[in-house]
Amino acid sequence: MPQIEIDVNGAHHSVPVEPRLLLVHLLRDKLELTGTHVGCDTSSCGACTVLLNGESVKSCTMFAVQADGSAVITIEGIGASDALHPMQEAFWKMHGLQCGYCTPGMIVSAVDLLRRNPDPSDDEIRAGIEGNLCRCTGYENIIRAVRSAAAALRNDESRHSVAELLPVGGSN
Amino acid sequence: MNLVGAPIDRVDGRRKITGTARYAAETPLPGLTYAVMVESTIPAGTIAAVDAAAATRASGVIAVLTYENAPKVEQHKVAGMTDRNLPLLQDRIVRYDRQPVAVVVADTFERATDAASLVRIRYDTSVPALSLAHGSGYHPEHSHGDEPSVYERGNVDAAFAGADVKIDRTYTTPVEHHNPMEPHATVATWDGDVLTVYDATQGVFGTRSRLAVAFGIPPANVRVVCPFVGGGFGSKGSAWAHTVLAAMAARAVKRPVKLVLARPQMFGSVGYRPATIQRVTLGAKRDGTLVSTLHEVRSQTSIFDEFVEPSAELTKMLYAVPNVRTINTVVPLNAATPTFMRAPGESSGSFALESAMDELAYAVGLDPLEVRLRNHADSDPSKQLPFSSKSLRECYSVGAERFGWSRRVPRARSMRDGGLLVGMGVASATYPTNRSAASALVRLSSDGTAHVFAGTQDLGTGAYTVFSQVAAEELGIPVSSVRFELGDTNFPMGPVSGGSQTTASVGNAVSVAARSARDRAIGLALGDPQSSLHGHDADAIDVRDGRIFLRDRPDVGDTYAAILGRHPQGEIEERGDARPGDEKTAFSMHAFGAQFAEVRVDPELGTVRVVKMVGAFASGRILNAKTARSQYLGGMVWGLSMALHEITRTDARSGRIMNANLADYLVPVNKDVPSDFEAYIVPEDDPNVNPLGVKGIGEIGIVGAAAAIANAVYHATGTRVRDLPIQPEKLV
Ligand code: FES
Ligand code: FES
Repeated sequence: MPQIEIDVNGAHHSVPVEPRLLLVHLLRDKLELTGTHVGCDTSSCGACTVLLNGESVKSCTMFAVQADGSAVITIEGIGASDALHPMQEAFWKMHGLQCGYCTPGMIVSAVDLLRRNPDPSDDEIRAGIEGNLCRCTGYENIIRAVRSAAAALRNDESRHSVAELLPVGGSN
Repeated sequence: MNLVGAPIDRVDGRRKITGTARYAAETPLPGLTYAVMVESTIPAGTIAAVDAAAATRASGVIAVLTYENAPKVEQHKVAGMTDRNLPLLQDRIVRYDRQPVAVVVADTFERATDAASLVRIRYDTSVPALSLAHGSGYHPEHSHGDEPSVYERGNVDAAFAGADVKIDRTYTTPVEHHNPMEPHATVATWDGDVLTVYDATQGVFGTRSRLAVAFGIPPANVRVVCPFVGGGFGSKGSAWAHTVLAAMAARAVKRPVKLVLARPQMFGSVGYRPATIQRVTLGAKRDGTLVSTLHEVRSQTSIFDEFVEPSAELTKMLYAVPNVRTINTVVPLNAATPTFMRAPGESSGSFALESAMDELAYAVGLDPLEVRLRNHADSDPSKQLPFSSKSLRECYSVGAERFGWSRRVPRARSMRDGGLLVGMGVASATYPTNRSAASALVRLSSDGTAHVFAGTQDLGTGAYTVFSQVAAEELGIPVSSVRFELGDTNFPMGPVSGGSQTTASVGNAVSVAARSARDRAIGLALGDPQSSLHGHDADAIDVRDGRIFLRDRPDVGDTYAAILGRHPQGEIEERGDARPGDEKTAFSMHAFGAQFAEVRVDPELGTVRVVKMVGAFASGRILNAKTARSQYLGGMVWGLSMALHEITRTDARSGRIMNANLADYLVPVNKDVPSDFEAYIVPEDDPNVNPLGVKGIGEIGIVGAAAAIANAVYHATGTRVRDLPIQPEKLV
């Protein structure tokens, strides 16, 4: 079995993996980071979104071996319970979630969107996280959450900037 | 205190935004094994031969279960609206496409998946029954609950024959699959004859009884746990085959088993909204007043169980019509058994009825809103009972104003925005208020906190949050001092989270339990010589911020913490039971609403964009405006999706579902949602409906939404689409 070297949320792992193991199952089943969810098998839903070397990817769409030598940030690395990332706070305050199943992927995608575009219009937000499905909220509050996180991050450069998360995350 | 009604942030939010909320599939158990289901590839026939040799030999495989070696279990339902007949590998008959025909268990998910692909099954096929339109059907005993499937008041035929204006149209709706974002998942583990199941379910107690019956063990031997559900919408309201099969496999391999459905399997054996063919006739006077309504519903069920889509229920009560007939026919097909899907009946039925009302408005030359007002039912004409409360007129006026209904030019195809056609549509919404018996337990501790337990579920609706609010208010403590736990059959019994009944059922139980805990603590203080409240009268007492005090002399008081600190056990427990009273015999109980939609249609391409949606809803007392608004908005997007996107396609020859994945089965993405989108809460005080004064909010948001959009499309284009979804090819 090939051995891969991977940084996840700042912690280094040396793991033997079957070549067919998907990155999402490495994270969930082997590293027990179950905040990254699985919602489909056609790369359609985005529930599995993580940051790979700073860019959002659907972790169901790549093999763990392809992440060899990379740094991954999952929802657990975006911010822990006692040190929430502004995007997490915004999703909570603006009620951008119901069942919460889409939420980790949605937050990770939104963090990546703000990295690329720190001040998106509503339309740019809708287009920017179009690859993340939510069956509960009707999306309206998700837009509000991303907008308010963007404002918070712009006004408060000294706090968590999105860039600071990269490449190894802010969890530990 | 006014904690109830406050738009507080959801109490489960922190766990959900940090990825620490554990859904069923994430239950960590030592020695876990992985099960994968193999499904049939034909809709009708028998299994001629199974070749499991290669799968059994594959590395890591522990067991391959098929009808040849599966243990015998009870597969027929025993009771209850949500219980279903299940295909549990008990015979060689194939009754529908994607029926489970084998279960492979291995030490990793990858190995189980691989081995599942090696199971070879040869079928003898027979001719499937696939046509809803041409298949032979029957009238079931009931359309829904105790309602007869054939209902008539007055004389519809005579009234329709003599009507000035006649509408006679047929509307059709397709099969739709719920597709919550969390696929169904079960983790099952046995300890001797005791079974524990972590299951993605809307009803832990329903799942428990199904499992107890299947394995012939007492319900007390089964524990079902479900702290978080990633959405359900009805699809997790019944215990389905995979849950029983996971438990069967765990027993067979003597290790814990995890079985998670792949997305395509979400189109298999976990229910769906059946297709319907609905004929609606309206007879009216020239002034738009209805004299008769006929609503005939033909819907599909499976050949091995009965589910009736109760699309005509709302027709009985929505308008003041003297002559009404409703008929339900079900047609058994070689398809899986359908089930409740968000506003079952009301959503599909309102598309038909509210489209027909729109057609009537054009026929009599009246504003569609005015036609509805002229037929407003002041009391329930089907039950001849007053409504416990009804604010539909307010919903119409609030909605119309916020939407800007007055901008609408009456004639169809008369409004434009550049090259695009503009249309506006309206529809009424209604959903019955349901309630079941429920219980809850409150434990007050010497640290001043309350621990509340109820065997209910939070599908994302906000149950954790609103029940914490209810308990906090009754006890007179901050919400942050309440720890609410749910989703466990070890807790007091609660009903299935369906029919928008959870808040009305469990909320009232939590309220009763919390109040008796408070009263007991007050009693302890009054009877305790060490308390400054000793000897005072219970009527003179108030509670706030965890402190019990004399209303007239707030300085004289005692805290829960101190009172329980002196109590020998250090804590007290009170149970609350709540059940519906006789309000059902005195009142008709429904939530109401109005839906408004504005569309832009490209006349060349036939593409429809909903640019504005406004809903106004009156659902009794709102316990939390944040979670309620989100329920309404989510429901409205479901209506948009029903109008424009969702359809499960079955190949007419092979009987196989052709779009069983989220790439081909379209659900709305962020970009599909109108940029101008709002749900308004119309305040409503209902002292009759139940002690908390709440009606359901989870389902009404979808009701009427598809009709409002279809009506807007007609207004824009002059083309009436009576067959959902409204796809571009139907408009060019
Ligand atoms: S699970 Fe990765 S996109 Fe759906
Ligand atoms: S909150 Fe349930 S899928 Fe988004």
